[in-house]
Amino acid sequence: MTPPLAVSQNVVDLAYVAAAVAFIIGMQRLSSPKTARSGVWVAAIGMAIAIVFTLLLPEVDNYGLIAAALAVGAVIGAISARKVKMTAMPQMVAVFNGLGGGAAVLVAYREFDRLAPLPGALSGDVLAAALFSALVGALTFTGSMLAFVKLQELMPGRPITFGGQQLVNAALIVAALGFAVAGGVTEDTAWLIGLIAVSLGFGVLFVLPIGGADMPVVIAFLNAFSGLSAVAAGFVLGNNALIIGGTLVGASGTLLTLLMARAMNRSVTNVLFGAFGAAPSGAAAAVSADGRTVREVSPDDLSVMLAYAKQVMIVPGYGLAVAQAQHAVRELADILEGRGVAVRYAIHPVAGRMPGHMNVLLAEADVPYPQLLDMEQANPQFPRTDVALVIGANDVTNPAARSNPESPLYGMPILDVDRAQNVVVMKRSMASGFAGVDNELYFDPRTAMLFGDAKASLEKLILVTKSA
Amino acid sequence: MTPALIASLTIFALSAFLGFTLISRVPTLLHTPLMSGTNAISGIVLVGALLVAAHADGALENALAFIAIVLSTVNVVGGYLVTDRMLEMFKRKPESRE
Repeated sequence: MTPPLAVSQNVVDLAYVAAAVAFIIGMQRLSSPKTARSGVWVAAIGMAIAIVFTLLLPEVDNYGLIAAALAVGAVIGAISARKVKMTAMPQMVAVFNGLGGGAAVLVAYREFDRLAPLPGALSGDVLAAALFSALVGALTFTGSMLAFVKLQELMPGRPITFGGQQLVNAALIVAALGFAVAGGVTEDTAWLIGLIAVSLGFGVLFVLPIGGADMPVVIAFLNAFSGLSAVAAGFVLGNNALIIGGTLVGASGTLLTLLMARAMNRSVTNVLFGAFGAAPSGAAAAVSADGRTVREVSPDDLSVMLAYAKQVMIVPGYGLAVAQAQHAVRELADILEGRGVAVRYAIHPVAGRMPGHMNVLLAEADVPYPQLLDMEQANPQFPRTDVALVIGANDVTNPAARSNPESPLYGMPILDVDRAQNVVVMKRSMASGFAGVDNELYFDPRTAMLFGDAKASLEKLILVTKSA
Repeated sequence: MTPALIASLTIFALSAFLGFTLISRVPTLLHTPLMSGTNAISGIVLVGALLVAAHADGALENALAFIAIVLSTVNVVGGYLVTDRMLEMFKRKPESRE
């Protein structure tokens, strides 16, 4: 059956140019919070153009199946986008990365399988692209799903290692290369299936040894890979829409991966293959090695301290997300601002479980974004800050990163919380942070600790501050 | 190498540079929406899934095409909607609160 409105390949290719322009304008508009939202819609219109014109190609005639699949996908996508909590955004993005990778594998596999029996139909570049797409897409699929499982805490988020892991990894890489070469030489689909199977396994083993606080790097990396698998599928099909869209995503993910690794002062390879933080975190110790103790503060005393402050800097970390305390933080900030205290937020690039995680949480709690300072903006403010309130952040505030060459954190750019006049740390216990090292900050004479769940502590604080 | 392949490689190289330039201008404030937004763009693989569906023949091929379309459509629709939901929350001034 020929569609009523069939258009030629040339028209569709022109539509893809329009889609690409829309993607680029959309990404350009993401450079400012004022224009970002409209940018997303420009990019979405580009996507709609690409899809609609593809459907108008005369060869696309499988309408029943396509309509049903689009409907199912749209409903699932819309419901999950609406229901997901902002604290769960890292695992949501992880799943979406994986779906893109999974779809790319299926596309590459089907095209390979279709062309392989036709003599001379599989040219060298299509063959290579199909094999690459199978490898990268399958790895992205299982790697992302495992990242989801870890972030959702369906299994422990800490790095999981076992004896001979490196050996198994090496064997899988050799097997993958072997299958790829065999598939390239014989053009037999069986080898491609083997390659996909091995890559699926490798995706699992790749994410297994990576710990929770390194997730920002992993998610950015898988983001890049989902883009690259779309690029490869684009080369398989000779489709420029896939190549441009996928490349833009690949570039974005790669850049974010590098930025996140730099914010931890570690190389990408160290994050991905270092099994960092594997050591069990030390038992709670309120006394440091050289006998110094920490000072505790009560909510009442803290309330007084805050009321007399001119500037308060809130330093949020993953603990804030775990406790779902973003709304309580804003409520406290509102009360303080009502009394003339300037409240700002200092956000480290790797705070949370994905790039920008804390900004989204605080925006959800209605914190105006001009109050959200990045590290470069926040650090000069600390000496002028009367109280720095650290909520659920640890390693990113550890002064050892500046002063102690022995520390695993040494060299990592940190928030200079210790330069504030007073520091109050809200924390569940004295347990060490992800890096497994004591935080010097807690033993500083200007630092006081408020132990307990962040949300519960904040609610107590709000209560006493209100009645003061 | 066919002229078409060379054209595609040219497009790939230029897009990569353009991508880097565009993304380096995005503030850290917006890194999460950037990620979910570009993620939705990688759902462009849906176009590939549609083309594969066009050539599908028989139950297994149809099933694979169906799955490919569903996966990429979730990626596209969910990705754009969740990005929009996030960006809606970024406000310059606090809303009037009750």
